Amino acid sequence: MVLLAGCGGSQNGEDQESSQSETSGLTEFEQKHGIGPVDEVVEVGEIDPKMVETGKEIFRTKCSACHKMDQDYVGPPLGNVLEDRTPTYVMNMILNPVEMTKKHPEARKMLQQYMNQMTFQNVSEEQARAIVEYLATVQSDN
Amino acid sequence: MKPAKYKTLLWGLPVVVILSLLMYGCPSQQQLGSTADAAQKVYVAPGEYDEFYGFMSGGYSGQLSVYGIPSGRHLYTIPVFSQEATNAYGYSEESKPMLNTTHGFVPWGDSHHPELSQTDGVPDGRWIFINENNTPRIARINLSTFTTDEIIEIPNSAGNHASSFVTPNTEYVSAATRFSIPMDDENLNNEDVPISEYKEHFKGTLSFIKVNDEGKMEVDFQILVPGFNYDLSHSGKGPSDGWAFFTSYNSEQAHTLLEVNASKNDKDFIAAVNWRKAAEYAAAGEGRMVKGKHYRNYVDHNTHTSKSEVIEEVRVLDPSELEGIIYFLPTPKSPHGVDVDPSGQYIVAGGKLSTVIPVHSFEKMEQAIENEDFEGEIDGIPVLNYDSILHGEVENPGLGPLHTEFDDRGNAYTTAFISSEIVKWDLETTQVVDRIATYYSPGHLMIPGGDSRKPWGKYLVSLNKITKDRYLPTGPELFHSAQLIDISGEKMQLLLDFPTEGEPHYAQAIPADIVRQNQVKFYKLEDNNHPDAVKAEDETRVVRDGNEVHVYMSTIRTHFAPDNIEGIKVGDKVYFHVTNLEQDWDIPHGFAVKGMNNSELLVMPGETRTITWEPKQVGVIPFYCTDFCSALHQEMQGYVRVSPRNSNVEISYGTGQ
Repeated sequence: MVLLAGCGGSQNGEDQESSQSETSGLTEFEQKHGIGPVDEVVEVGEIDPKMVETGKEIFRTKCSACHKMDQDYVGPPLGNVLEDRTPTYVMNMILNPVEMTKKHPEARKMLQQYMNQMTFQNVSEEQARAIVEYLATVQSDN
Repeated sequence: MKPAKYKTLLWGLPVVVILSLLMYGCPSQQQLGSTADAAQKVYVAPGEYDEFYGFMSGGYSGQLSVYGIPSGRHLYTIPVFSQEATNAYGYSEESKPMLNTTHGFVPWGDSHHPELSQTDGVPDGRWIFINENNTPRIARINLSTFTTDEIIEIPNSAGNHASSFVTPNTEYVSAATRFSIPMDDENLNNEDVPISEYKEHFKGTLSFIKVNDEGKMEVDFQILVPGFNYDLSHSGKGPSDGWAFFTSYNSEQAHTLLEVNASKNDKDFIAAVNWRKAAEYAAAGEGRMVKGKHYRNYVDHNTHTSKSEVIEEVRVLDPSELEGIIYFLPTPKSPHGVDVDPSGQYIVAGGKLSTVIPVHSFEKMEQAIENEDFEGEIDGIPVLNYDSILHGEVENPGLGPLHTEFDDRGNAYTTAFISSEIVKWDLETTQVVDRIATYYSPGHLMIPGGDSRKPWGKYLVSLNKITKDRYLPTGPELFHSAQLIDISGEKMQLLLDFPTEGEPHYAQAIPADIVRQNQVKFYKLEDNNHPDAVKAEDETRVVRDGNEVHVYMSTIRTHFAPDNIEGIKVGDKVYFHVTNLEQDWDIPHGFAVKGMNNSELLVMPGETRTITWEPKQVGVIPFYCTDFCSALHQEMQGYVRVSPRNSNVEISYGTGQ
């Protein structure tokens, strides 16, 4: 337990390490799909309207204070996010934002641009999947 | 002749100076053993954790401070009886009811004796209780959030000092009156009588507060006792489970210059209460209900909001009518602490003015009760024969013995206030086996679990009353001094000094893992049922209701919604209901408006807190986040436009428009 939570010192070390080489230590999967609990490729298939509703409500309460679809806000606009990122990447960003902004070069760029650490908002993997489903519908609207 | 006299006087002066230097100076000359060895024992590497949570009462601060042991790191201060502007405890609408009493809103307290809840006589880390001495109350603190969950007022009491000690399964928490007061026969109401008629009118009460499985407290019964001063308490355990022991002094019943007039009797008393029997009487409806209005304030976790209820009556048991609930154990010279050893066999008293430490035997006490071996009776309470109940007396225990704690190897440790030392003695033989100087004048002492059935006998903390030169001076007012002593070996070894907030009277400690595993890191938004919460930014709004304006506001890194508000007028009362939408550990947001007359808010993730503001001047007034929350914290701000009382400016608001 002490080991798990008592890692304040070692995090700085990781920081320095990762800034030396942009993609150092990342697997091909991680480069494309991000770092986090989702380690298998997730595809968005035929839109599930029920899942969209769930995702929309979670997005409203936990994400919309910082993300709009078509404008820069606290964080980047998400209207076209699935053109630039894979569904898996988006889920890992939702579920593991701190490690992502430390280790993944794309996520780190976003942190440098917006200067605001994205926060984990206590959503489950299932809920993150629903948010992606919702984002997929927004995407097709734009 | 005259010059010679002067010489003598001048010669005398340096002696005094040198003596006082010896007493209070030169820390480097104290026997520390090996300094490197001591440093090793208290070193907790960066990022690592202490072995124990230590909880030290705040004394006149009214709060409870949390320290890591052995490092002495100050981890947190839990607001309990005093308002805390830092996080709006006692200022926010949600927390104000916690400080309600029958005397009105009391914004401060004097907290003395924390005690962890116990299961089978062992601290279990669910709650910690602490008493308030001045306006008699007991608080229950939730150790999953380190917040005060409940405060109950104790009726028919004045100076709740012998409190808040728990029974082995937290069935009850104790309370008692330190200052006896006049009580009428009918309802125990305080009376308008001449103080000189003390002996005729003044009485005391010992109270037992029942604690249910969820922690809810209620005054189950009070026992009417003679008008002495009741000082400290501890429950029995093991064979003595079912009993509780209260020290008393001023059996002289003095009402003025107590330092002289209450120090005359050779012996005062420990009141031994058979609480289990008393509880049976109470459950059977014995005794009588009297008027005893008191408040119970508690947090409704569903809405994060505290509420007050008023209880009108309380049950009183009269020992002159109900046999077998209380006995007096004669105990030398104004006893202060009363401590029961881990086996539950021995009851140790600290007689402030006594030259020995008396140790009563529970087995002998039971025997004496059975044999009716009484030397007298006071107000229907039998007084047992001192010699019949004594296990032994510790000789040469130091001057002014006050409090005793125990290790798990059959040793007792007693503080000696006047001679400024801690004395270690063997419980069976009552022989002193070691002593160590403290700096200076210890009151209580604490060993983790040291008043329970299971002491973790590795460290001892001496809670010293006098600091003097121990740290860099901070003017006339100094924090108190705690000292960590290693008791794992045969000889006690001083390891560390650390300053403590307010005046820690008693303290408790528990292995850290027991408490750590239950920690709440943030409040879940979906479980926040505060009626004024907003769950998303699109629910934020500003609503006028007469001259009250309610702002339903959200915070997230790094903005308020709304952050521009217009239509507020001089003479309005503005309620800011602020919900922190973050769902991550350690991302609170603050909220403050220029010129606020109460306090700032500090809102934990997922929580809703309300503070009021009554603008008095026209203009545009800024508000901002007081907790550095992100790289753009300095941007986390907003404006309220305040218009004249009769203006026509409509309510409008927004963020980012």
